[in-house]
Amino acid sequence: MQELSVRHLLGIKDITPQDIQLIFETADNFKDVLNRPIKKVPSLRDITIANVFFENSTRTRLSFELAEKRLSADVINFSSSGSSVKKGESLLDTVNNILAMKVDMIVMRHASPGAPHFLSRHIEANIVNAGDGTHEHPTQALLDAFSIREKYGEVAGKKVVIIGDILHSRVALSNIFALQKLGAKVMVCGPVTLLPKHIKELGVKVELNVRKALEWCDVANVLRIQLERQQMKYFPSLREYTLYYGIDKKLLDSLNKEITIMHPGPINRGVEISSDAADSSQSIILNQVENGVAIRMAVLYLLASKR
Amino acid sequence: MQKRLIVNHQLLDIMVLRLCHQLIENHGDFSGSVILGLQPRGKFVAQRIQQTLASILGKQVPTGFLDTTFHRDDFRRREVPLAANATKIDFLIEGRKVILVDDVLYTGRSVRAALDAMISFGRPASVELLVLIDRLHTRHLPVQPNYVGLSVNSLQSQRVLVEWQNEETAQDNIWLITKTEV
Repeated sequence: MQELSVRHLLGIKDITPQDIQLIFETADNFKDVLNRPIKKVPSLRDITIANVFFENSTRTRLSFELAEKRLSADVINFSSSGSSVKKGESLLDTVNNILAMKVDMIVMRHASPGAPHFLSRHIEANIVNAGDGTHEHPTQALLDAFSIREKYGEVAGKKVVIIGDILHSRVALSNIFALQKLGAKVMVCGPVTLLPKHIKELGVKVELNVRKALEWCDVANVLRIQLERQQMKYFPSLREYTLYYGIDKKLLDSLNKEITIMHPGPINRGVEISSDAADSSQSIILNQVENGVAIRMAVLYLLASKR
Repeated sequence: MQKRLIVNHQLLDIMVLRLCHQLIENHGDFSGSVILGLQPRGKFVAQRIQQTLASILGKQVPTGFLDTTFHRDDFRRREVPLAANATKIDFLIEGRKVILVDDVLYTGRSVRAALDAMISFGRPASVELLVLIDRLHTRHLPVQPNYVGLSVNSLQSQRVLVEWQNEETAQDNIWLITKTEV
Protein backbone atom coordinates (compact mmCIF):
# COMPACT_ATOMS: atom_id res chain seq x y z
CA MET A 1 0.00 0.00 0.00
CA GLN A 2 1.08 3.56 -0.48
CA GLU A 3 2.18 5.67 2.44
CA LEU A 4 1.70 9.33 3.17
CA SER A 5 4.54 11.42 1.75
CA VAL A 6 4.83 13.39 5.00
CA ARG A 7 5.55 12.63 8.67
CA HIS A 8 3.40 15.49 9.94
CA LEU A 9 0.12 16.91 8.74
CA LEU A 10 0.97 20.60 8.93
CA GLY A 11 -1.07 21.84 6.02
CA ILE A 12 -2.76 20.75 2.83
CA LYS A 13 -0.15 22.74 0.90
CA ASP A 14 2.55 20.19 1.84
CA ILE A 15 0.69 17.02 0.83
CA THR A 16 0.06 15.48 -2.57
CA PRO A 17 -3.24 14.60 -4.26
CA GLN A 18 -2.27 10.93 -3.76
CA ASP A 19 -1.98 11.55 -0.03
CA ILE A 20 -5.48 13.01 -0.01
CA GLN A 21 -6.86 10.02 -1.92
CA LEU A 22 -5.14 7.64 0.49
CA ILE A 23 -6.64 9.49 3.45
CA PHE A 24 -10.10 9.32 1.82
CA GLU A 25 -9.85 5.59 1.10
CA THR A 26 -8.74 4.90 4.66
CA ALA A 27 -11.51 7.16 5.99
CA ASP A 28 -14.08 5.14 4.00
CA ASN A 29 -13.04 2.09 5.99
CA PHE A 30 -13.13 3.95 9.29
CA LYS A 31 -16.56 5.32 8.48
CA ASP A 32 -17.65 1.73 8.12
CA VAL A 33 -16.12 0.94 11.53
CA LEU A 34 -18.07 3.85 13.05
CA ASN A 35 -21.33 2.29 11.88
CA ARG A 36 -20.68 -1.01 13.62
CA PRO A 37 -22.15 -2.03 16.97
CA ILE A 38 -18.63 -1.82 18.45
CA LYS A 39 -17.09 1.35 17.05
CA LYS A 40 -13.55 0.73 18.12
CA VAL A 41 -10.44 -0.85 16.61
CA PRO A 42 -7.22 -1.66 18.46
CA SER A 43 -4.81 -0.21 15.86
CA LEU A 44 -3.17 2.52 17.95
CA ARG A 45 -3.21 0.76 21.31
CA ASP A 46 0.52 1.36 21.86
CA ILE A 47 0.35 5.06 20.96
CA THR A 48 -0.10 8.04 23.22
CA ILE A 49 -1.48 11.23 21.72
CA ALA A 50 -1.48 14.66 23.32
CA ASN A 51 -4.14 17.15 22.27
CA VAL A 52 -2.46 20.48 22.84
CA PHE A 53 -4.91 23.34 22.40
CA PHE A 54 -3.68 26.89 22.84
CA GLU A 55 -6.95 28.21 21.41
CA ASN A 56 -10.62 27.44 22.03
CA SER A 57 -12.29 24.59 20.21
CA THR A 58 -15.36 22.41 20.55
CA ARG A 59 -15.85 20.32 17.42
CA THR A 60 -12.25 19.82 16.41
CA ARG A 61 -11.15 18.86 19.87
CA LEU A 62 -14.03 16.48 20.54
CA SER A 63 -13.66 15.03 17.08
CA PHE A 64 -9.94 14.40 17.50
CA GLU A 65 -10.42 12.97 20.98
CA LEU A 66 -13.14 10.64 19.77
CA ALA A 67 -11.05 9.59 16.76
CA GLU A 68 -8.12 8.81 19.05
CA LYS A 69 -10.28 6.80 21.43
CA ARG A 70 -11.91 4.88 18.58
CA LEU A 71 -8.40 3.88 17.53
CA SER A 72 -7.61 2.77 21.11
CA ALA A 73 -4.84 5.35 21.60
CA ASP A 74 -4.11 6.76 25.04
CA VAL A 75 -5.14 10.40 25.11
CA ILE A 76 -4.02 13.34 27.20
CA ASN A 77 -5.57 16.75 26.90
CA PHE A 78 -3.91 20.07 27.43
CA SER A 79 -5.43 23.50 27.16
CA SER A 80 -3.44 26.64 27.67
CA SER A 81 -5.93 28.25 30.02
CA GLY A 82 -5.16 27.05 33.53
CA SER A 83 -1.69 25.77 32.49
CA SER A 84 1.85 26.94 33.07
CA VAL A 85 1.75 28.81 29.75
CA LYS A 86 0.13 31.52 31.82
CA LYS A 87 3.29 31.53 33.99
CA GLY A 88 5.43 32.31 30.93
CA GLU A 89 6.55 28.89 29.70
CA SER A 90 7.50 28.87 26.00
CA LEU A 91 5.77 26.72 23.37
CA LEU A 92 8.82 24.52 22.85
CA ASP A 93 9.32 24.00 26.59
CA THR A 94 5.68 23.16 27.08
CA VAL A 95 5.70 20.60 24.31
CA ASN A 96 9.06 19.12 25.29
CA ASN A 97 7.73 18.58 28.80
CA ILE A 98 4.72 16.80 27.37
CA LEU A 99 6.99 14.69 25.15
CA ALA A 100 9.18 13.79 28.14
CA MET A 101 6.15 11.84 29.33
CA LYS A 102 6.61 9.57 26.27
CA VAL A 103 4.01 10.94 23.93
CA ASP A 104 4.10 9.74 20.30
CA MET A 105 1.87 12.26 18.55
CA ILE A 106 0.83 15.84 19.08
CA VAL A 107 -2.41 17.34 17.85
CA MET A 108 -1.98 21.09 18.14
CA ARG A 109 -4.06 24.21 17.75
CA HIS A 110 -2.32 27.53 18.16
CA ALA A 111 -3.21 31.16 17.50
CA SER A 112 0.08 31.84 15.68
CA PRO A 113 0.36 30.83 12.03
CA GLY A 114 3.29 28.44 11.56
CA ALA A 115 3.44 27.27 15.20
CA PRO A 116 3.19 23.55 14.26
CA HIS A 117 5.78 24.03 11.50
CA PHE A 118 8.16 25.53 14.05
CA LEU A 119 7.51 22.64 16.39
CA SER A 120 8.08 20.04 13.67
CA ARG A 121 11.65 21.28 13.25
CA HIS A 122 12.45 20.70 16.90
CA ILE A 123 10.68 17.55 18.03
CA GLU A 124 10.49 13.91 16.98
CA ALA A 125 6.78 13.21 17.50
CA ASN A 126 4.30 13.30 14.60
CA ILE A 127 2.37 16.55 14.57
CA VAL A 128 -1.15 17.14 13.34
CA ASN A 129 -2.12 20.74 12.83
CA ALA A 130 -5.60 21.33 14.24
CA GLY A 131 -5.58 24.97 13.15
CA ASP A 132 -2.80 27.56 13.33
CA GLY A 133 -4.09 31.11 13.49
CA THR A 134 -5.33 32.33 10.12
CA HIS A 135 -3.09 29.90 8.21
CA GLU A 136 -4.30 26.30 7.75
CA HIS A 137 -6.77 23.81 9.20
CA PRO A 138 -5.96 20.69 7.17
CA THR A 139 -8.30 18.14 8.75
CA GLN A 140 -11.27 20.49 8.27
CA ALA A 141 -10.44 20.86 4.56
CA LEU A 142 -10.08 17.08 4.24
CA LEU A 143 -13.43 16.41 5.85
CA ASP A 144 -15.07 19.12 3.73
CA ALA A 145 -13.71 17.60 0.52
CA PHE A 146 -14.60 14.12 1.79
CA SER A 147 -18.18 15.27 2.38
CA ILE A 148 -18.38 16.68 -1.16
CA ARG A 149 -17.00 13.39 -2.49
CA GLU A 150 -19.59 11.50 -0.45
CA LYS A 151 -22.42 13.66 -1.81
CA TYR A 152 -21.36 13.78 -5.47
CA GLY A 153 -19.14 10.72 -5.89
CA GLU A 154 -16.10 12.80 -6.75
CA VAL A 155 -14.63 16.22 -6.15
CA ALA A 156 -13.02 16.76 -9.56
CA GLY A 157 -14.94 19.18 -11.75
CA LYS A 158 -17.24 20.39 -8.98
CA LYS A 159 -17.67 24.12 -8.49
CA VAL A 160 -17.25 25.21 -4.90
CA VAL A 161 -17.69 28.72 -3.56
CA ILE A 162 -16.34 29.75 -0.18
CA ILE A 163 -18.40 32.61 1.20
CA GLY A 164 -17.56 35.03 3.99
CA ASP A 165 -14.53 36.00 5.99
CA ILE A 166 -11.80 34.66 3.72
CA LEU A 167 -9.17 36.98 5.18
CA HIS A 168 -9.21 35.50 8.68
CA SER A 169 -10.16 31.96 7.75
CA ARG A 170 -7.73 29.06 7.96
CA VAL A 171 -10.55 26.86 6.73
CA ALA A 172 -10.73 28.87 3.50
CA LEU A 173 -7.02 28.56 2.72
CA SER A 174 -6.87 24.82 3.44
CA ASN A 175 -10.06 24.28 1.48
CA ILE A 176 -8.68 26.13 -1.54
CA PHE A 177 -5.54 23.96 -1.54
CA ALA A 178 -7.44 20.70 -1.02
CA LEU A 179 -10.15 21.37 -3.59
CA GLN A 180 -7.67 22.50 -6.23
CA LYS A 181 -5.48 19.45 -5.63
CA LEU A 182 -8.55 17.29 -6.20
CA GLY A 183 -9.47 19.09 -9.41
CA ALA A 184 -12.42 21.22 -8.27
CA LYS A 185 -13.01 24.80 -9.37
CA VAL A 186 -12.92 27.24 -6.47
CA MET A 187 -14.44 30.69 -6.04
CA VAL A 188 -14.29 32.98 -3.04
CA CYS A 189 -17.03 35.44 -2.27
CA GLY A 190 -17.29 38.13 0.39
CA PRO A 191 -17.03 41.84 1.05
CA VAL A 192 -13.90 43.19 -0.58
CA THR A 193 -12.44 44.08 2.81
CA LEU A 194 -12.59 40.43 3.87
CA LEU A 195 -10.85 39.07 0.76
CA PRO A 196 -7.04 38.88 0.89
CA LYS A 197 -5.48 41.32 -1.59
CA HIS A 198 -3.60 38.71 -3.65
CA ILE A 199 -6.11 35.85 -3.38
CA LYS A 200 -6.35 35.61 -7.20
CA GLU A 201 -2.76 34.37 -7.31
CA LEU A 202 -3.99 31.10 -5.79
CA GLY A 203 -5.96 30.56 -8.99
CA VAL A 204 -9.41 31.10 -7.53
CA LYS A 205 -12.26 33.13 -8.96
CA VAL A 206 -13.38 36.16 -7.00
CA GLU A 207 -16.99 37.28 -6.83
CA LEU A 208 -18.44 40.08 -4.74
CA ASN A 209 -22.10 39.34 -5.44
CA VAL A 210 -23.36 36.41 -3.41
CA ARG A 211 -26.30 35.63 -5.73
CA LYS A 212 -24.00 35.36 -8.75
CA ALA A 213 -21.68 33.14 -6.74
CA LEU A 214 -24.52 30.82 -5.74
CA GLU A 215 -25.78 30.62 -9.30
CA TRP A 216 -22.31 29.52 -10.44
CA CYS A 217 -21.60 26.86 -7.83
CA ASP A 218 -22.57 23.27 -6.95
CA VAL A 219 -21.49 23.61 -3.33
CA ALA A 220 -21.41 26.67 -1.08
CA ASN A 221 -19.15 26.54 1.96
CA VAL A 222 -20.32 29.32 4.27
CA LEU A 223 -17.80 30.64 6.78
CA ARG A 224 -18.29 32.33 10.11
CA ILE A 225 -17.45 35.98 10.60
CA GLN A 226 -14.49 35.73 12.97
CA LEU A 227 -15.08 38.77 15.11
CA GLU A 228 -12.43 37.62 17.59
CA ARG A 229 -9.72 37.99 14.95
CA GLN A 230 -10.88 41.34 13.61
CA GLN A 231 -8.99 44.19 15.22
CA MET A 232 -10.74 46.79 13.10
CA LYS A 233 -14.08 47.25 11.39
CA TYR A 234 -14.21 45.46 8.05
CA PHE A 235 -17.88 46.18 7.39
CA PRO A 236 -20.34 48.68 8.89
CA SER A 237 -22.46 46.27 10.93
CA LEU A 238 -23.35 42.59 11.26
CA ARG A 239 -26.86 43.47 10.14
CA GLU A 240 -25.54 44.95 6.93
CA TYR A 241 -23.31 41.90 6.36
CA THR A 242 -26.34 39.64 6.77
CA LEU A 243 -28.31 41.75 4.36
CA TYR A 244 -25.70 41.50 1.61
CA TYR A 245 -23.99 38.15 2.27
CA GLY A 246 -26.32 36.17 4.52
CA ILE A 247 -27.69 32.92 3.04
CA ASP A 248 -31.32 32.08 3.70
CA LYS A 249 -33.84 29.60 2.35
CA LYS A 250 -35.55 32.26 0.26
CA LEU A 251 -32.32 33.00 -1.57
CA LEU A 252 -31.61 29.28 -2.08
CA ASP A 253 -35.13 28.62 -3.36
CA SER A 254 -34.87 31.48 -5.85
CA LEU A 255 -31.91 29.82 -7.60
CA ASN A 256 -32.63 27.71 -10.64
CA LYS A 257 -30.84 24.65 -9.17
CA GLU A 258 -30.32 22.93 -5.86
CA ILE A 259 -26.91 23.57 -4.35
CA THR A 260 -25.31 21.95 -1.32
CA ILE A 261 -24.68 24.04 1.78
CA MET A 262 -21.70 23.43 4.05
CA HIS A 263 -20.46 25.22 7.15
CA PRO A 264 -17.38 24.36 9.22
CA GLY A 265 -19.04 25.56 12.43
CA PRO A 266 -19.57 27.15 14.81
CA ILE A 267 -22.62 28.68 13.12
CA ASN A 268 -23.72 32.18 13.95
CA ARG A 269 -27.36 31.61 13.11
CA GLY A 270 -28.96 34.64 11.56
CA VAL A 271 -25.62 36.19 10.59
CA GLU A 272 -23.86 34.33 7.77
CA ILE A 273 -26.62 31.74 7.43
CA SER A 274 -30.22 31.61 8.59
CA SER A 275 -31.64 28.71 10.56
CA ASP A 276 -33.99 27.62 7.76
CA ALA A 277 -31.02 27.32 5.36
CA ALA A 278 -28.70 25.65 7.87
CA ASP A 279 -31.32 23.04 8.81
CA SER A 280 -32.64 22.49 5.28
CA SER A 281 -32.29 19.26 3.34
CA GLN A 282 -29.66 20.95 1.16
CA SER A 283 -27.36 21.31 4.14
CA ILE A 284 -24.74 18.65 4.89
CA ILE A 285 -23.39 20.45 7.95
CA LEU A 286 -23.97 17.53 10.33
CA ASN A 287 -22.58 15.03 7.80
CA GLN A 288 -19.40 17.12 7.87
CA VAL A 289 -19.18 16.66 11.63
CA GLU A 290 -19.79 12.91 11.30
CA ASN A 291 -17.14 12.59 8.60
CA GLY A 292 -14.70 14.57 10.74
CA VAL A 293 -14.18 11.64 13.08
CA ALA A 294 -13.50 9.19 10.22
CA ILE A 295 -11.10 11.61 8.49
CA ARG A 296 -9.18 12.25 11.71
CA MET A 297 -8.98 8.51 12.41
CA ALA A 298 -7.51 8.04 8.93
CA VAL A 299 -4.96 10.84 9.39
CA LEU A 300 -3.85 9.59 12.81
CA TYR A 301 -3.69 5.99 11.62
CA LEU A 302 -1.64 6.81 8.52
CA LEU A 303 0.75 9.11 10.39
CA ALA A 304 1.21 6.58 13.19
CA SER A 305 2.33 3.98 10.65
CA LYS A 306 5.17 6.35 9.70
CA ARG A 307 7.49 6.68 12.65
CA MET B 1 12.22 -17.39 -8.61
CA GLN B 2 10.91 -20.94 -8.98
CA LYS B 3 7.20 -21.63 -9.31
CA ARG B 4 5.86 -25.12 -8.71
CA LEU B 5 2.22 -25.93 -9.44
CA ILE B 6 0.77 -27.74 -6.43
CA VAL B 7 -2.94 -27.62 -7.33
CA ASN B 8 -4.31 -27.23 -10.85
CA HIS B 9 -7.79 -26.01 -11.72
CA GLN B 10 -9.35 -29.49 -11.90
CA LEU B 11 -7.97 -30.48 -8.52
CA LEU B 12 -9.08 -27.14 -7.13
CA ASP B 13 -12.66 -27.73 -8.31
CA ILE B 14 -12.68 -31.15 -6.66
CA MET B 15 -11.14 -29.67 -3.54
CA VAL B 16 -13.79 -26.97 -3.25
CA LEU B 17 -16.57 -29.51 -3.87
CA ARG B 18 -15.19 -31.78 -1.13
CA LEU B 19 -14.92 -28.87 1.31
CA CYS B 20 -18.56 -27.94 0.56
CA HIS B 21 -19.74 -31.48 1.28
CA GLN B 22 -17.78 -31.47 4.52
CA LEU B 23 -19.48 -28.20 5.43
CA ILE B 24 -22.89 -29.69 4.65
CA GLU B 25 -22.15 -32.62 7.00
CA ASN B 26 -21.83 -30.17 9.88
CA HIS B 27 -24.19 -27.41 8.84
CA GLY B 28 -27.02 -29.27 7.12
CA ASP B 29 -29.17 -26.76 5.28
CA PHE B 30 -27.10 -23.84 6.63
CA SER B 31 -29.96 -22.27 8.57
CA GLY B 32 -28.17 -20.19 11.18
CA SER B 33 -24.80 -20.53 9.46
CA VAL B 34 -22.91 -17.77 7.67
CA ILE B 35 -19.66 -17.55 5.72
CA LEU B 36 -17.08 -14.83 6.28
CA GLY B 37 -14.22 -14.46 3.79
CA LEU B 38 -11.11 -12.74 5.12
CA GLN B 39 -10.01 -9.78 3.03
CA PRO B 40 -8.21 -9.53 0.74
CA ARG B 41 -7.78 -13.04 -0.69
CA GLY B 42 -10.18 -15.14 1.34
CA LYS B 43 -12.96 -13.20 -0.38
CA PHE B 44 -12.52 -15.23 -3.58
CA VAL B 45 -12.53 -18.53 -1.72
CA ALA B 46 -15.71 -17.49 0.12
CA GLN B 47 -17.40 -16.55 -3.16
CA ARG B 48 -16.43 -19.88 -4.74
CA ILE B 49 -17.69 -21.81 -1.71
CA GLN B 50 -20.94 -19.85 -1.81
CA GLN B 51 -21.44 -20.59 -5.52
CA THR B 52 -20.70 -24.28 -5.10
CA LEU B 53 -23.02 -24.56 -2.08
CA ALA B 54 -25.73 -22.79 -4.08
CA SER B 55 -25.47 -25.39 -6.85
CA ILE B 56 -25.76 -28.23 -4.32
CA LEU B 57 -28.34 -26.79 -1.91
CA GLY B 58 -30.20 -24.54 -4.29
CA LYS B 59 -29.95 -21.57 -1.94
CA GLN B 60 -27.56 -18.73 -1.21
CA VAL B 61 -25.74 -19.01 2.09
CA PRO B 62 -25.23 -15.52 3.61
CA THR B 63 -21.65 -14.57 2.78
CA GLY B 64 -19.71 -11.53 3.91
CA PHE B 65 -16.20 -10.17 3.75
CA LEU B 66 -14.24 -9.21 6.83
CA ASP B 67 -11.26 -6.86 6.79
CA THR B 68 -8.75 -7.35 9.58
CA THR B 69 -6.27 -4.55 8.85
CA PHE B 70 -7.12 -2.42 11.86
CA HIS B 71 -7.00 -5.44 14.18
CA ARG B 72 -3.61 -6.79 13.14
CA ASP B 73 -0.78 -7.03 15.66
CA ASP B 74 1.96 -6.03 13.20
CA PHE B 75 0.87 -2.43 12.67
CA ARG B 76 3.97 -0.20 12.93
CA ARG B 77 6.16 -3.32 12.76
CA ARG B 78 5.91 -3.63 9.01
CA GLU B 79 8.06 -1.70 6.58
CA VAL B 80 5.04 -0.65 4.53
CA PRO B 81 1.57 -0.49 6.06
CA LEU B 82 -1.14 -2.81 4.75
CA ALA B 83 -3.98 -1.36 2.75
CA ALA B 84 -7.38 -1.66 4.34
CA ASN B 85 -10.19 -3.31 2.39
CA ALA B 86 -13.93 -3.04 2.63
CA THR B 87 -15.81 -5.01 5.24
CA LYS B 88 -19.18 -6.09 3.91
CA ILE B 89 -21.40 -7.98 6.28
CA ASP B 90 -25.09 -7.35 5.66
CA PHE B 91 -26.43 -9.86 8.13
CA LEU B 92 -26.27 -10.36 11.89
CA ILE B 93 -23.53 -12.48 13.39
CA GLU B 94 -25.09 -12.66 16.84
CA GLY B 95 -25.96 -16.29 17.63
CA ARG B 96 -24.93 -17.57 14.17
CA LYS B 97 -22.50 -20.35 13.33
CA VAL B 98 -19.70 -18.55 11.53
CA ILE B 99 -17.36 -20.19 9.03
CA LEU B 100 -14.23 -18.08 8.53
CA VAL B 101 -12.70 -18.66 5.11
CA ASP B 102 -9.19 -17.84 3.92
CA ASP B 103 -6.93 -19.06 1.14
CA VAL B 104 -3.70 -19.86 3.00
CA LEU B 105 -3.17 -20.50 6.71
CA TYR B 106 0.40 -19.61 7.65
CA THR B 107 1.28 -18.02 11.01
CA GLY B 108 -2.31 -17.82 12.25
CA ARG B 109 -2.02 -14.11 13.01
CA SER B 110 -4.60 -13.10 10.41
CA VAL B 111 -7.05 -15.52 11.96
CA ARG B 112 -6.43 -14.09 15.42
CA ALA B 113 -7.06 -10.59 14.01
CA ALA B 114 -10.17 -11.88 12.25
CA LEU B 115 -11.58 -13.34 15.47
CA ASP B 116 -10.99 -9.98 17.10
CA ALA B 117 -12.56 -8.04 14.23
CA MET B 118 -15.55 -10.39 14.03
CA ILE B 119 -16.44 -9.95 17.70
CA SER B 120 -17.10 -6.24 16.91
CA PHE B 121 -20.16 -7.40 14.99
CA GLY B 122 -21.67 -9.58 17.69
CA ARG B 123 -21.22 -12.85 19.56
CA PRO B 124 -21.42 -15.85 17.27
CA ALA B 125 -22.66 -19.22 18.54
CA SER B 126 -19.56 -20.91 17.17
CA VAL B 127 -16.67 -20.18 14.84
CA GLU B 128 -14.99 -22.58 12.42
CA LEU B 129 -12.08 -22.08 10.06
CA LEU B 130 -11.84 -23.25 6.47
CA VAL B 131 -8.65 -22.83 4.43
CA LEU B 132 -7.61 -24.05 1.01
CA ILE B 133 -3.98 -24.50 1.95
CA ASP B 134 -2.67 -25.28 5.42
CA ARG B 135 1.07 -24.65 5.65
CA LEU B 136 2.25 -27.17 8.23
CA HIS B 137 4.65 -26.38 11.08
CA THR B 138 4.62 -22.63 10.48
CA ARG B 139 2.18 -21.47 13.14
CA HIS B 140 3.01 -18.67 15.59
CA LEU B 141 -0.29 -19.07 17.42
CA PRO B 142 -2.39 -22.07 18.48
CA VAL B 143 -4.77 -21.88 15.51
CA GLN B 144 -5.96 -24.99 13.67
CA PRO B 145 -8.41 -25.15 10.76
CA ASN B 146 -11.58 -27.29 10.82
CA TYR B 147 -11.63 -27.82 7.05
CA VAL B 148 -8.48 -28.05 4.93
CA GLY B 149 -8.16 -28.28 1.16
CA LEU B 150 -4.55 -29.40 1.15
CA SER B 151 -1.80 -29.53 3.76
CA VAL B 152 1.56 -28.40 2.44
CA ASN B 153 5.04 -28.73 3.84
CA SER B 154 6.92 -25.57 3.00
CA LEU B 155 9.92 -23.53 4.02
CA GLN B 156 9.59 -20.15 5.66
CA SER B 157 11.27 -18.55 2.66
CA GLN B 158 8.66 -20.00 0.34
CA ARG B 159 5.28 -18.53 -0.46
CA VAL B 160 1.97 -20.06 -1.48
CA LEU B 161 0.02 -18.18 -4.13
CA VAL B 162 -3.60 -18.93 -4.95
CA GLU B 163 -4.55 -17.54 -8.36
CA TRP B 164 -8.16 -17.18 -9.44
CA GLN B 165 -9.27 -17.03 -13.01
CA ASN B 166 -9.68 -13.44 -14.19
CA GLU B 167 -8.62 -11.16 -17.05
CA GLU B 168 -4.94 -11.81 -16.42
CA THR B 169 -5.01 -15.44 -15.36
CA ALA B 170 -6.47 -18.09 -17.63
CA GLN B 171 -7.07 -20.73 -14.96
CA ASP B 172 -7.33 -21.24 -11.23
CA ASN B 173 -4.00 -22.46 -9.90
CA ILE B 174 -2.15 -22.79 -6.61
CA TRP B 175 1.59 -22.28 -6.76
CA LEU B 176 4.44 -22.85 -4.34
CA ILE B 177 6.95 -20.10 -4.98
CA THR B 178 10.60 -20.33 -3.97
CA LYS B 179 12.73 -17.24 -4.12
CA THR B 180 16.17 -18.05 -5.48
CA GLU B 181 19.17 -16.07 -4.29
CA VAL B 182 20.78 -14.13 -7.11
